Amino acid sequence: MDISFALTGKGYVLIAADTTAARSIVKMKSDEDKIKVLSPHLLMAFSGEPGDTVQFAEYVERNMRLYHIRHNHELRPPAAASWIRRSLADSIRSRKPYAVNLLLGGYEPRERTPHLYWIDYLGTLATVPFGAHGYGAYFALSLLDRYHDPEATLEEGLATLRRCIDEVSKRLVVSPGKYKVKIVDADGVREVEL
Amino acid sequence: MARRYDSRTTIFSPEGRLYQIEYAMEAISHAGTVLGVLAKDGVVLAAEKKVTGKLLDLSGVKDGGYGGSGEKIFLLNSNVVAGVAGITADANSLVNYARQAAQRHLFLYNEDIPVELLAQRLCDLKQGYTQYGGLRPFGVSLLYAGYDPNYEFQLYHSDPSGNYSGWKATCIGANNGTAQSLLKQEFKEDMGVEEAIGLVLRVMSKTMDSTTLGSEKLEFSTLTLDPTTKQPKAKIYKPAEIDALLQKHDLGKKDEDTEMRA
Repeated sequence: MDISFALTGKGYVLIAADTTAARSIVKMKSDEDKIKVLSPHLLMAFSGEPGDTVQFAEYVERNMRLYHIRHNHELRPPAAASWIRRSLADSIRSRKPYAVNLLLGGYEPRERTPHLYWIDYLGTLATVPFGAHGYGAYFALSLLDRYHDPEATLEEGLATLRRCIDEVSKRLVVSPGKYKVKIVDADGVREVEL
Repeated sequence: MARRYDSRTTIFSPEGRLYQIEYAMEAISHAGTVLGVLAKDGVVLAAEKKVTGKLLDLSGVKDGGYGGSGEKIFLLNSNVVAGVAGITADANSLVNYARQAAQRHLFLYNEDIPVELLAQRLCDLKQGYTQYGGLRPFGVSLLYAGYDPNYEFQLYHSDPSGNYSGWKATCIGANNGTAQSLLKQEFKEDMGVEEAIGLVLRVMSKTMDSTTLGSEKLEFSTLTLDPTTKQPKAKIYKPAEIDALLQKHDLGKKDEDTEMRA
């Protein structure tokens, strides 16, 4: 039931994820953070099987931190994405695979480019200008096709994101109430208000 | 009595020294010279070949492989070339290990291995032989000339103890003291790669025993960025290209020598 969106703009990546933790038909919590900060310029929204998601996200988080400590520089977004994809590809071929879908957003200060990757539990990796996971994808992708602009300012990007969220609230039977939005750009990672 | 501490690589002497490691480094200072210079837009590597002679079959060298003769300069990965000094058989084994390490990184991260990380991988292996029971350490020092997007052009040196360090210009092998003092005098910050090639050839011609430089005694390579793709481009010179380069810098054989050969 998790819903997450992400889109790139001029020098930034925006990632939004709903904040509901549910079990069966019951809402257990409404302020769950489903976007992990992996490194100073890397964000990851995770969704899928509860338990698997947090376990895998923490595994990735700690490996990114380890690489940073060992080599004195953070993994670049393309390398991080490849490593995560490899982890999931190995996982699905193991006895107990992780069922986790991800949106990975990063910013490369050296080349000043935003990067966004769409990754699923099968180990698929796609470089995308915008992406979504969960039921939200059914409603948001067509909107993003129409309104996404890679040169958009932060305000315009947030407006596009708001369109997606509003559409889901309007059309989805069981739409979540609240979303958390994070941004990664030249200044690093921070949370933004919608 | 000294022999009590000589024979085992992993035993300290009472003065706190590891003799086998020191002997390995001594062996390297008799090996062919390898010289590296870091420029702002590239790295230059040159090496003196020891195994020469007119009966040596070099027919495979002329147009096979990546260039060079496979004695001293090797391509470890598309972004790293290495020059080796020491026991050639040990070097071949390390080169093979380095290539595998580079491919493992590519498999895991889908990017070229950072140069320092590759040097670290080899040093971890070399250090292991100073501590765990083996008969002897690797008798090889390497110079790594490489490029990665994080630190751009780099030049590293590693020795048999497993130490490594980054350099602007350095030299290993025979006469490395002379070469290093020459480099210290002549090295200039923000040199271009063309200028660095000149410097390397000049220093090489002064430190090598032979009076005239030629492709039969010299291996040469550069690492630069491809202007169109912005990807690192390693070039290991073929014998004919080395001779042409030496002619250009007025360090090659005189015309009568070449006529004699023809």
